Amino acid sequence: MTEKSNDGQRFDRLPATADDREVEGRATRKEVVEWWDQRFEIPPETFEEYTFWEKGKGKIWILHGDIASPLRIEALGMKFLRTRQEHWKPTTNAVQRFGREATKNVIELTREQARRFVRGEDQELDWDGDWGYLVATHELADAPEPLGVGLFVHGELKSPVPKGRQRDL
Amino acid sequence: METLERYEPLVEDFDAFLDACQRPLPSVVRVNTIKATPEQATAALDEEGVEWTGREWSDTVLEVDTDGPGSTWASYHGWIHGQEEVSAIPAEVLAPESGEVVWDACAAPGSKTTQLAALMDDEGLVVANDNNLGRLSALRFNTERLGVTNTLVTNTDSRNFSLKPFNTDERSSSSPATQSQNFDAFDKALVDVPCSCEGTIRKNPTTLDEWTMDHVRSVAGVQKGILTRAIQATKEGGTVVYSTCTFAPEENEAVLDYALEAEDCRLVEFDIDLDSRPGVTEFEGERYDESVRKAKRFYPHHNDTGGFFCAKLEVEG
Repeated sequence: MTEKSNDGQRFDRLPATADDREVEGRATRKEVVEWWDQRFEIPPETFEEYTFWEKGKGKIWILHGDIASPLRIEALGMKFLRTRQEHWKPTTNAVQRFGREATKNVIELTREQARRFVRGEDQELDWDGDWGYLVATHELADAPEPLGVGLFVHGELKSPVPKGRQRDL
Repeated sequence: METLERYEPLVEDFDAFLDACQRPLPSVVRVNTIKATPEQATAALDEEGVEWTGREWSDTVLEVDTDGPGSTWASYHGWIHGQEEVSAIPAEVLAPESGEVVWDACAAPGSKTTQLAALMDDEGLVVANDNNLGRLSALRFNTERLGVTNTLVTNTDSRNFSLKPFNTDERSSSSPATQSQNFDAFDKALVDVPCSCEGTIRKNPTTLDEWTMDHVRSVAGVQKGILTRAIQATKEGGTVVYSTCTFAPEENEAVLDYALEAEDCRLVEFDIDLDSRPGVTEFEGERYDESVRKAKRFYPHHNDTGGFFCAKLEVEG
């Protein structure tokens, strides 16, 4: 029997494409991979070995590999993306993990700006690119390293770093 | 410290042992190779002026010259994770490989779970279980902070752990490019059980204040249940590693002795380049199977660490 609605108690693998969709409004694997490509130019091949899952409306998780669906467990891989609102929002941890591949909408912060960002502070700064969610990076060990996802609107970079991940460095 | 007097017959240089138990531990971190190489992690520490010292026995264990390794950029990015040195032993002994399916029976708060995932290059599956819902949030927080994507988290009593959810035939209509990893047994299992924690006294000097023999006996019963379930749930030829952070033979060799009797398994030798002593075959009138000598006891005064016990078992048909 096929369940037609979302269930907040279990993980369901995302359908490959819209044609395979059984739960209304559920994101597809294709849409998720294309979103990362369009927003950050993270190549779709990056996610070849991964599967995507929904538990609760619009909460998308990423798993390296695959397993039987549906699955009633506490957690699976990593929380990856929120698709409930009009603008999809990646998680801080997903951007830290996969953001090194990004070549678009990447904002490189100075060390002082990075400190403010990880304290969870919003800051005014110059950015000529798209508004919306950005990969915020700073230089660490001679390479740019993603701090997490930032939200740029009206000349301001907002820091959505969750409380438990914030640090005073 | 009086509690520890019962181990005087087991521990050579007992005064040095007691002295070590009263000293604070060095600050130690593990490099999380899912996010950074040891070279990158040490370069990041260098940039912040945090001095570090490597370890002979492991490329990923570093002593750091700070009481707050969590307050570094390397930690914010999940490149390093504060973890006591001996706590890094059992995952190394289990030595899981990419693609295997591994059970972490008592996983929270996740230092060893994330180490297993890193040793597997985040490929394959780690099924991380804990019976304590409150501690699961720490486990989930740590796996995500360290960038782990190959781990499933479950919340049941490991003594009755069921593999059924992972072995269903129901397939969603979408079949992605990857191979589904349904399984009905684990390749390997880590059984790092709840214990009386005597070996953590250097970190928590009040650990032994509530020590009772009743607690040791009661926790030993739970340990036997979890270890036997792990052996049953692991495929023939697979590996189970049993570990505690305590010195009590009732929770160590006696639990192994019970499992050797109850299940098809045997103890096997392993190498770890730290000073250790073999498992004991006799304590307070009890005798244990001779093969428990293959287990290792790690004492605080030998490597300047916490106390630890680790055994490697092979599952037989």
